[in-house]
Amino acid sequence: MKKIVIALLLIGLVITTSIIFLKPTEKEQSNISLLKAKYSKKHVPSVDHSKFAILQKKFNSPQDATAACISCHTERHKEVMHSNHWNWEREEYVQGRGIVYVGKKNAINNFCIGVEGNEQSCAKCHIGFKMTSSMTPLTDPTNIDCLVCHDNSETYAKGNELAGAPDKAVDLNLVAQKVGRPMRSNCGVCHFFGGGGNNVKHGDLESSMFEPSADIDIHMSPETSNLVCVDCHTSENHVMKGKVYSLSSMNRNRSTCEQCHTETPHDAEILNEHTVKVACQTCHIPVYAKENSTKMAWDWSTAGKLKNGEPYTEEDSKGNHTYMSIKGSFTWADSVKPDYIWFNGTADHYLLGDVVNDTTKPIKINTLNGSYADRDSKIIPVKIHRARQPFDPVNKMIIQPKLFSDKKGEGALWIDFNWLRAAKVGMDEVHLPFSGQLAFVRTEMYWPINHMVSSKENTLSCNQCHTRENSRLAGLNDFYMPARDYSSIVEIGGKIIIILTLLGVMVHAGIRISTKRKSKKEVHNEI
Amino acid sequence: MKYKVYIYKAFERFWHWTQAILIFMLAATGFEIHGSFTFFGYQNAVKYHNVSAYAFIVLIVFAIFWHFSTGEWKQYLPTASNLKAQINYYIFGIFKNAPHPTKKTVLSKLNPLQKLVYLGLKILVIPVMVISGLLYMFYRYPQKDAVESINIGSLEVVAIVHTIGALLLIAFIITHLYLITTGETVTSNLKAMITGYEELEDEKSSKEN
Repeated sequence: MKKIVIALLLIGLVITTSIIFLKPTEKEQSNISLLKAKYSKKHVPSVDHSKFAILQKKFNSPQDATAACISCHTERHKEVMHSNHWNWEREEYVQGRGIVYVGKKNAINNFCIGVEGNEQSCAKCHIGFKMTSSMTPLTDPTNIDCLVCHDNSETYAKGNELAGAPDKAVDLNLVAQKVGRPMRSNCGVCHFFGGGGNNVKHGDLESSMFEPSADIDIHMSPETSNLVCVDCHTSENHVMKGKVYSLSSMNRNRSTCEQCHTETPHDAEILNEHTVKVACQTCHIPVYAKENSTKMAWDWSTAGKLKNGEPYTEEDSKGNHTYMSIKGSFTWADSVKPDYIWFNGTADHYLLGDVVNDTTKPIKINTLNGSYADRDSKIIPVKIHRARQPFDPVNKMIIQPKLFSDKKGEGALWIDFNWLRAAKVGMDEVHLPFSGQLAFVRTEMYWPINHMVSSKENTLSCNQCHTRENSRLAGLNDFYMPARDYSSIVEIGGKIIIILTLLGVMVHAGIRISTKRKSKKEVHNEI
Repeated sequence: MKYKVYIYKAFERFWHWTQAILIFMLAATGFEIHGSFTFFGYQNAVKYHNVSAYAFIVLIVFAIFWHFSTGEWKQYLPTASNLKAQINYYIFGIFKNAPHPTKKTVLSKLNPLQKLVYLGLKILVIPVMVISGLLYMFYRYPQKDAVESINIGSLEVVAIVHTIGALLLIAFIITHLYLITTGETVTSNLKAMITGYEELEDEKSSKEN
């Protein structure tokens, strides 16, 4: 009988432990290998542009080059002129506002605030030429800058403050003969430097992404898949997939991880379950600004200090500007852990002229909507850029100041250093009132983090969120999360019950032992 | 007069010890999932907890079948007789070397306190743990493309009920482990649950008592 019992026990043990410790057999990652095969195929262009006679004829202006493009690609300019890259504006439906046109014309940010009145300088990143005056739509298709996106020679560059025209030194013929599918550098030259310097705005898009190491971006690294921007941000008729919620409002035409990886890419089912509420980026981008610092805060209120009547700049040890007379003080950070928010793909924006009555808490320049209870929401990582920026306390509006001018006396802050004048001129140009009073308010801007994806070995582990101390999701309190959350009443009550039980057992045992000794003694004495 | 009685049958002992291992596993992994400590690693803890939970459910199904097919379930019917005497024994008698007030027999191997506590475990704590555990595993977040009515708004209630049950079980196990030592000798109860045999008093003589 004993043997049977022991055998049974052993069998039970073996079965349970083997089930528990049996590692799941590694599923073949067919999806990943298929994707790798697909994207390792080199793109072979169907034509060699250097063989076209029209591109060998000397171009006297950038418009000549564009005209040459259009002479063959006869309809493409129409597509471009309908695109966001050209119009800097989208028709959006925003809850509470209805149909609105949101773009650089009326939406602002908390970096250089806005383009209105500053076009000459901002046009360096417009895909057109001749953006001289306020943003009247350019109607001449030869003002499209085809080359800035399609140059594959990496010699094209826009000039400084030339209203979008290329630098004088660029050999337009050479560039036109070497056009092709956009490379990382074509997109990066604008998108990596938004806000006036490398990695100022995004945090996850910066110059290291031209040739990132596998640690920086597992997709775009030449060491791995070597993807270019347009591999994910595909386009149809020059409309690119994907947009950033500094300007976009609607949940449409997004570029997603799922478009390649599906919604359930993990071997472990428990991880696939997470994708219902957690965006891929949340776990797979543990830190952003991996190589170079990104700007975390901008205080405009300190701008305007001069040394010996001259503007100056200060830098930190990494060469980041910490103070500029023209812009104020900055805070930078690198290898930043993102903040996390619920996001359902829709956003609202502060639009020029919006009145804000409550300035006790920071004004949200863009509001990303979402909550746990919202079925469309997922947790996403964001960079929150905080600022103090000019505000009219009487009219209760954020001020669009006039910043740039090439001449003194036009009211531009960056040359005249007079806040009140810059505010007046700037607000005049956007046809908004200015009371003559200027204050500085705190603002926040939310930048979803989508790039700098880490290898799967470097993704977040469970206990970076599922933990009592320093959970990455400590700020999201509208739901119960195992390990992070508990009921303090149950926790304390449970501890008390267990301690009382232990005490009771110990006291009971103690009395038992001591009375037993006594009775033994008594027996002994009797003898 | 005492003699050896075969009191715990093979399945009963298998059930008992497997249950012991599983509850230990569930507690160790469960409190890691709860955030009380780190040992297996979070993902492993979840995996082992789920596997142990399924194994436990299978075991429970077999145990229920066994209890009804053998009639052993009657052992757990609560009784008021001798309840007070049993409590008095644990509070006073045990220290004076008084005899156990309830005589163990094959047909009645549980004392009135045991009957009450085990019945409570069987019809209250374990079912609550199984049901809240299954809800914990299968609950659905508010999500899109889903049948609205099966979405559970919050995990909170489920998780807290499951935690309360776990804490009660820990308190039970501490008491249980201690009371094992209060048999005829310190180890006689443990030996009985391992071998199945225990030295009991003659049923006749116990009746005379």
